[in-house]
Amino acid sequence: MSKSHLELTGVSMSFDTPQGPFQALDTINLKIRKGEFVSLIGHSGCGKSTVLNIVAGLLQASQGGCVLDGHEVNTPGPERAVVFQNHALMPWLTVYENVELAVRQVFRKSMTKRERQDWIIHNLELVNMAHAQDKRPGEISGGMAQRVGIARALSMRPSVLLMDEPFGALDALTRAHLQDALMEIQQDLNSTVIMITHDVDEAVLLSDRIVMMTNGPAATVGEELTIDLPRPRNRVTLADDDQYVHYRQAVLRFLYEKQRFPGKGDKAPQASTPTEEADSTAPESPVEVKAPEPQSTSAKTKKPVATAVQD
Amino acid sequence: MSTLTSTNPLLQLIRRRYPDVTGKALLQSVTLPVLGIALFLIAWQLVAPQINTSLGNFPTPANVYEQAGQLWQEHQNEQDRADRYVEMQEKRNARILADNPDAETRIRPYPGAPTFIDQIFTSLKTVLAGFFLATIIAVPLGIMIGLNRYFAAAANPIIQIFKPVSPLAWLPLVTMVVSATYVSDDPMFEKSFITSMVTVTLCSLWPTLINTATGVAQVNPDLVNVSKVLRLPFWTHARKVVLPAAVPMIFTGLRVSLGIAWMVLIAAEMLAQNPGLGKFVWDEFQNGSSDSLSRIMVAVLAIGFIGYVLDRIMLMIQRKVAWDE
Repeated sequence: MSKSHLELTGVSMSFDTPQGPFQALDTINLKIRKGEFVSLIGHSGCGKSTVLNIVAGLLQASQGGCVLDGHEVNTPGPERAVVFQNHALMPWLTVYENVELAVRQVFRKSMTKRERQDWIIHNLELVNMAHAQDKRPGEISGGMAQRVGIARALSMRPSVLLMDEPFGALDALTRAHLQDALMEIQQDLNSTVIMITHDVDEAVLLSDRIVMMTNGPAATVGEELTIDLPRPRNRVTLADDDQYVHYRQAVLRFLYEKQRFPGKGDKAPQASTPTEEADSTAPESPVEVKAPEPQSTSAKTKKPVATAVQD
Repeated sequence: MSTLTSTNPLLQLIRRRYPDVTGKALLQSVTLPVLGIALFLIAWQLVAPQINTSLGNFPTPANVYEQAGQLWQEHQNEQDRADRYVEMQEKRNARILADNPDAETRIRPYPGAPTFIDQIFTSLKTVLAGFFLATIIAVPLGIMIGLNRYFAAAANPIIQIFKPVSPLAWLPLVTMVVSATYVSDDPMFEKSFITSMVTVTLCSLWPTLINTATGVAQVNPDLVNVSKVLRLPFWTHARKVVLPAAVPMIFTGLRVSLGIAWMVLIAAEMLAQNPGLGKFVWDEFQNGSSDSLSRIMVAVLAIGFIGYVLDRIMLMIQRKVAWDE
């Protein structure tokens, strides 16, 4: 591997709260190659979004830092375009105008008006939304709005595309469509993508690498899993693929056996009453699971590991 | 009943605009308000003669209707007189010019007292001027307060203290300040106009200010982040993101402000003697003829109706401008 494209070194984050400082992230190290698709997965409240916001420059790390192509990141910028969970389109602008706002800002010097128009349409076509260019976000479905959000991010021609649970607010069918569209676009453009998700299937299907985060507070990178599946990937054929199932299981094992106390981090080790131990399927987990749960016996045997990670 | 629904142009209009409204709902939407007004008029007619004042009985609806016609007639008469006055001067000027083509001629405006209709227009002009001034102060200030929480914390106590102040408290101060500062040999506006306008501004800018600040502070943080990622310069950010996002809230504030402005204006005109509806009411009250109460009642109804129309106009503009309607 050549010199890394994006590198997070010793990133820690603590927030000041009325109860004193809250340590959200602790010493996160991550290297990402150009063109790599990396998913960050973890339970709610583990600080995935904080990591993404630090890379985006919307938050400043308390310690450590992020370097993109040899430059340290400390402010937001269009070379690190963000796709937000709820599309974040300006509701008073049409689809076209929303992309135009970005294109005009980023390419106002380097493109002519004509070129900018073509570039806006090109990006809308990329996500199959050119037909709705004169509609307002309120007049199109959530999935369509999210496509436009992706088109807007792509139109900035970013070095890294940052996606914060981009499909989390969509229904399952729309989500599958958009995942396929994203895979195609990413393969065409060979863009570097960091995506936050708590959907295990989404992570395995889309990623070259899955970075699994431990529960907060003081969350950090727990395990990394390289997904070595050939592209283009087909969700239907992969469903039967042994390798795919194996990857999926690895992620599920991490989430439900090693990190099974979402959002309660520090309380987890004390909370091991017998009833809770039996209830290893963690019904209140926000992580979406569409496969049989891991067996409860293995959960018990793995329990000490979880405690170790917590400490 | 069926003939009534088919021939009444108002009902036809409603039917055309709301084709999915059922006959029953349509009937209700027209008959109930009419019934309400009728009941109100009957109650008024019954109660009015029971109230005795030194100026005679409280006016009945019929008295008020009569005086409304009277006021209109007076306006027509004054206009005829004004036309004749100007015509007379024009003839005289023509004669002078015929004798001496180099003579300087001028036309003096008609010196008659303003009529009720003139006073309505004076009031409208004053309220719109005051409201406009309030808007161009309150919206930019509100945006600044909404964008900066330090500024907001500093401005908050001042807003809270001045917001509930009555126009009557401001007026003497405004009058003195205007008298002292607005000195000109050939003033463009009457002092009474400036005083009324400034009082209206002082009382009506608060709802717009508070709503603009709230609207700006509540802009969806995701949209603010988009703006940051795009590195929009401050003015582009304010113009393209913050202002449009706050437009619905700003307009809600503007509507409240205009309502307050109109209410405040009448009191301000009474004391400042600005020749508008407030002065009309005050003069009639001082005049104390047997018709005075009826004429004041005409003014009350006119004030209410104009206030309603102003609010509807604001609502129409809001629907045109705001993206959430």
